Amino acid sequence: MLTIRYFASLRESLGCEEESVSLAQDKDMTVTGLVDQLSSRGEPWGLLLDSREVLVAVNQSICPRSQTLQGDEEVAFFPPMTGG
Amino acid sequence: MADQGNEYNIKIRVQRDDFDLGEEYALVRKEAENPGAIVSFTGLVREFVDGMHGDEQSLTLEHYPGMTEKALMDIAERACQRWPLTVCTVIHRIGKLIPSEQIVAVLVASSHRDAAFSGAEFIMDYLKTEAPFWKKQQAGEQAEWVLSRDSDYKRASRWNRSKD
Repeated sequence: MLTIRYFASLRESLGCEEESVSLAQDKDMTVTGLVDQLSSRGEPWGLLLDSREVLVAVNQSICPRSQTLQGDEEVAFFPPMTGG
Repeated sequence: MADQGNEYNIKIRVQRDDFDLGEEYALVRKEAENPGAIVSFTGLVREFVDGMHGDEQSLTLEHYPGMTEKALMDIAERACQRWPLTVCTVIHRIGKLIPSEQIVAVLVASSHRDAAFSGAEFIMDYLKTEAPFWKKQQAGEQAEWVLSRDSDYKRASRWNRSKD
């Protein structure tokens, strides 16, 4: 199972902080594939499709959406950072 | 939360409580070898609505525990690889803050001032774009998430081009 976490404005828009998800296909699934799987739930999950406004971290490191998943990672989605 | 123990003398702290810059400076000064220069930067919460008192305005900082410390450590290590920094301390606060409160501190020590200035600036520039913190500002009943700025990304990307 993947652990998926959502932060900041995205957490509020989706009304979800954390969930466990199984990948729909177990081989060569990328972050893009996962986003397609999640966004097929309908609104507001389509928000995840915006790669400019939604960044991705896998196991707590920022990564591109082409990243392949094994199925047991911690994946996080969040808006661009605004610290400092 | 503290994250220490690495080949460089780096301290990362993410905390709710305020910090005392004087104490942090004294600690860096004590630990730095041959400290010819110490640069410290402190970021404060600005007022964002004119004519409203500080206690009616606030900024709430959310972060990604675990990744935050990892990202800050990575940024500080890159600074230490690029310049001869002998001590490096990064403190970032989370939770609810009001205007004029301290929000972030970066202190770096080096034998020479140019390395210390550049190192501190490099860390702040990347902290803005790579460390998972998000600000929500509130004025009276109105609350909104702060949007990231392209200028912050431009500032950080200039380090890819220049060598110092």
